[in-house]
Amino acid sequence: MSMLTRSSFPIWLLACLGTLVLPWNMQQDGVRLAGLIALGQPDPEASSAFWQALAHGRFWFWPVVAALFLALPGALKAGSRARQAGFLVWGGGLGLAAIVLQGLAIGIQGWSWGWMNALFGELPDRQFGMGLGGSLAALGFLLLLTDGLALRGWFKGDRFVAGAVGVLAGSILVFTAWPVGTVLSQILTPREDLGILAATGARLLDSKIWGLSCVSAPVGCGVFWNTLMLAFSTATLTTLLGLCFALIVTRSGFRAKRALRLLTVLPIITPPFVIGLGLILIFGRSGVINQMFDAVFGIELGRWIYGYGGVLLAQVFSFTPIAFLVLIGVVEGISPAMEEASQTLRASRMRTFTAVTLPLMLPGLANAWLVSFVESLADFGNPIVLGGSFGVLSTEIFFAVVGAQQDFGRAAALAAIMLAVALLAFTLQRVAVGSRSYVSMTGKGDSGLPTPLPRLVRNLAYAVALPWAVLTIVVYAMALAGGFVRVWGRDWTPTLSHFTRAFALERGPEGDLIFSGGAWHSLFTTIELAAIAAPITAGLGLLAAWVLSRQRFRGRTALEFALMLTFAVPGTVIGVAYILTFNLPPLEITGTAIILVACFVFRNLPVGVRSGIAAMSQLDKSLDEAAITLRASTFRALRTVVLPLLKPAIVTALVYSFVRAMTTVSAVIFLVSAEYEMATVFIINRVINGDYGLAIAYCAALIVLMMAAIGLINLLVGRRRLGRRSAALAAAPAAPATTPAGGRA
Amino acid sequence: MSKTGAELRLQGLGKRYGAVQAVKPLDLAIKGGTLTTLLGPSGCGKTTLLRMIAGLEQATEGRIFIGGRDVTLLSAGERNVSMVFQSYALFPHMSVLDNVAYGLVSSGLRKREAHARAEAALETVGLKGFGTRLPSEMSGGQQQRVAVARALVLEPDVLLFDEPLSNLDTRLRRTMREEIRALQQRLGLTVVYVTHDQSEALAVSDMIVVMRNAEIAQAGTPHELYARPDNVFVATFMGEANHVRGRIERIDGPMADVTLDALRLTLPQRGLAAGPVDLVIRPEAIRISDAGGGIAATVARETYMGSHTEYHLATPLGELFCVAPDRLRRRQAGEAVSVTFDPEGVVAVHP
Ligand SMILES: Nc1ncnc2c1ncn2[C@@H]1O[C@H](COP(=O)(O)OP(=O)(O)O)[C@@H](O)[C@H]1O
Ligand SMILES: [Mg+2]
Repeated sequence: MSMLTRSSFPIWLLACLGTLVLPWNMQQDGVRLAGLIALGQPDPEASSAFWQALAHGRFWFWPVVAALFLALPGALKAGSRARQAGFLVWGGGLGLAAIVLQGLAIGIQGWSWGWMNALFGELPDRQFGMGLGGSLAALGFLLLLTDGLALRGWFKGDRFVAGAVGVLAGSILVFTAWPVGTVLSQILTPREDLGILAATGARLLDSKIWGLSCVSAPVGCGVFWNTLMLAFSTATLTTLLGLCFALIVTRSGFRAKRALRLLTVLPIITPPFVIGLGLILIFGRSGVINQMFDAVFGIELGRWIYGYGGVLLAQVFSFTPIAFLVLIGVVEGISPAMEEASQTLRASRMRTFTAVTLPLMLPGLANAWLVSFVESLADFGNPIVLGGSFGVLSTEIFFAVVGAQQDFGRAAALAAIMLAVALLAFTLQRVAVGSRSYVSMTGKGDSGLPTPLPRLVRNLAYAVALPWAVLTIVVYAMALAGGFVRVWGRDWTPTLSHFTRAFALERGPEGDLIFSGGAWHSLFTTIELAAIAAPITAGLGLLAAWVLSRQRFRGRTALEFALMLTFAVPGTVIGVAYILTFNLPPLEITGTAIILVACFVFRNLPVGVRSGIAAMSQLDKSLDEAAITLRASTFRALRTVVLPLLKPAIVTALVYSFVRAMTTVSAVIFLVSAEYEMATVFIINRVINGDYGLAIAYCAALIVLMMAAIGLINLLVGRRRLGRRSAALAAAPAAPATTPAGGRA
Repeated sequence: MSKTGAELRLQGLGKRYGAVQAVKPLDLAIKGGTLTTLLGPSGCGKTTLLRMIAGLEQATEGRIFIGGRDVTLLSAGERNVSMVFQSYALFPHMSVLDNVAYGLVSSGLRKREAHARAEAALETVGLKGFGTRLPSEMSGGQQQRVAVARALVLEPDVLLFDEPLSNLDTRLRRTMREEIRALQQRLGLTVVYVTHDQSEALAVSDMIVVMRNAEIAQAGTPHELYARPDNVFVATFMGEANHVRGRIERIDGPMADVTLDALRLTLPQRGLAAGPVDLVIRPEAIRISDAGGGIAATVARETYMGSHTEYHLATPLGELFCVAPDRLRRRQAGEAVSVTFDPEGVVAVHP
């Protein structure tokens, strides 16, 4: 049975349900079973769109209802294919347009735009955010539209592909493009004392952003320069360190290579501010080093760790493993044949390294540098913990929003600048990666052994990387040790009290278990929301990967581009964008779990897309085509052939999106509420209050949890073998998912 | 599985990828129950044409009729065609039986019945009892047969093969092509078969369609193409051929008098006008003798090949390549000989 021969009627029923039956708006205290039938409700807010129009005079819902019935002939397979397509396209398209327009036109204070008051008169009424009915109706109309387009021959007439593209494009539009657009438009709002232009100019040209006074005087520079300086230094240092590590692991006889590789897992499983914490415990006012110097030499080392130096150090510790991971791939991608050729041409090892190996690695090095640059730019955890008076864009945005002045205009201007820098770096990165293709031009046929490093280079790499690896371990160890002493720096008595404060369990009067520790609530919420987000992320990501790598259709490049752009938006920008966009109708989801889940999904989509594309490129395209010629619908081909063969990629995407959702801070910190508090935000708040013990105990618990999750992947993915010939299919996907490009923090 | 395959008709069918014209609009009619090969050098558009018939590519222009029904706008699953892929595309995670039954289950058959018919199809290709294996546990030739069974079991109107033997070694290729041909004739299937190997095409085809630069160079039976190629390209593609220039002196009804250096031949005229003409001479149609009366030539090189000997001859017409049975006297390089032609192996062609 082909999808084509099935009718669009079930989808029409969905739109019908959303428009006629279900309550249109979001219900204050959730929807009960009885409230689902929203016809005949006396309260307009609890009614369906149709009932609101009919019984409560909300005439703006009539176009939605009309569009629904306009689409009906198309859904009933009446008339020729072209006529059906016409009804579906017009009905679906107009319905969608009507929903969007009425949603935007009527806010919490009546008409949103002045001229509508003039046209329709003052509206005494107001409208809350869309709920179950509204969302289902919007989805239904969207799918009717894509069905119609498929009937018209778009997407090779494939309804499933059409629907998938529609859903992907729609969700990117709603959850990335719209919020980012809203932020940018905030720059243009007038301030009480200034007009639009003046206010915009004042925001964008603020000397607190661009000031260069630090060049001549011992005061701070603008945040832009701070951020740029930090990102440049971090990127350069991490790339050099990462290169040393990568060379040791791939090109030397070093014994403990596997142990070194384990370093790359650290940034994935630890919340991004753990390093910052470790550094405070070593170099902070009551840190080990400071105490030692005080006791032995009587010298006060001061607070140097709070500021540029401290943040830089923390970022280099945090992101070196990421550069390392990227560069392993780069070094391994260089064909040994080229180096062997160079050696047979009488070049010394040193000359081979400088004349062949290094130049071939250049684009890869540039990529690693840009990845680190973006990581540093988007980092929120380390600057917030260690920055002190040294502000960077991400922390300044945060303080503009949560600080006393609540200046959204300023936050928006900062976010716009950050976005511009991130997009620039991202574009450069695409160029660097694009030009990398010549590295592996010779493809699989490569044989030969990689050339050993010249002695000088090898010794240099050892001298730099090994001490750094030891230091990294020490910092992590310190960070965790802090959870086991009473008060770091003052009272070194070993204790588990921080853990009991965080994770105490008590017996209630009836013998039931009470989770009385302070951390339980946020831990459960985090796990729950991350677990909800993970399958959605993996599903959407793999769907996007499949559509992009297997289908050709008009607008494919645009979709790919939009998806890539969502990767580049820093978390802090997304956070601000979400609260600005989603605390008003038509989508009023601030303070709910939905906004957190949406944030997780769209921030982590790259993980799903990347591992999906990597896995898909290993999968012979004729497998799906064979299924199609064997009468399978596209959906059946996807379900029975592609998905089973992608299992490793699916598991990888699931676990990584879960883990990343659990450790992210930057966007989420704007979106949490008392009811939905996230573990990382809880920890940051402890740190800000100076309660390091509890924060560290919590971090330790998270790290153990994450390690368990990663171990689970290795168990699941490692064991899966489909037979000797397809081993190559299964082997690929585990690695690429870990390579981040957008800011992770 | 006894019905005869449907006839296939392509009408002005063409495909363009952006600026690349992968297949220029072409017409082709294929009789039901025959095996037709699409033959041509790499990149000439064979695969694209086949995929358009399968419904895996949308034609940019033209129509496709299968058994008289216009299927141009139908999706691959709705066309009742099956395809055997170059890589076989067996689903690695399913047993052989599940692979073969896949199409039947897709078409809505119950699993039990699908399996029964899949067993029968496996028996047809000589793989009875292999159903429980995974594809990876079979040899290349067996995988090939599974792929054929999987396509056959749907009783398609048209069965398509895209270079099905290119992953097999030479010896196996020979047996497999004979098996495919035997199966096609036994079941009366309509088969379209893509290959770039002319000997494969000659061995299995009822009709060969030679393609060049995204269009049909010539279509006909193997014998027609070999013995009466329309142009130099087809002649050289269908086997070894010497290309020389002669002159049509006189046209006499369907025949033409042609002079070739010192020789006069009477050949089918084939719509050519009097004057200079391109001629193609098959190597086996060149006769070498000591006596005069032919074109004077010298042996430039001789290569002993066991069953025959190959000679390169220097002649006033240019160098000629010639194959002689070994039982004739072997000539040495430098020997002066006289050359004549067997008219059966000389064709006047369009340039
Ligand atoms: N998906 C595609 N996009 C662009 N050009 C293509 C595509 N597929 C094939 N082509 C081009 O069409 C031409 C014919 O290709 P193909 O049919 O695969 O040739 P053959 O099978 O005869 O070797 C080639 O020039 C090829 O580059
Ligand atoms: Mg081909």
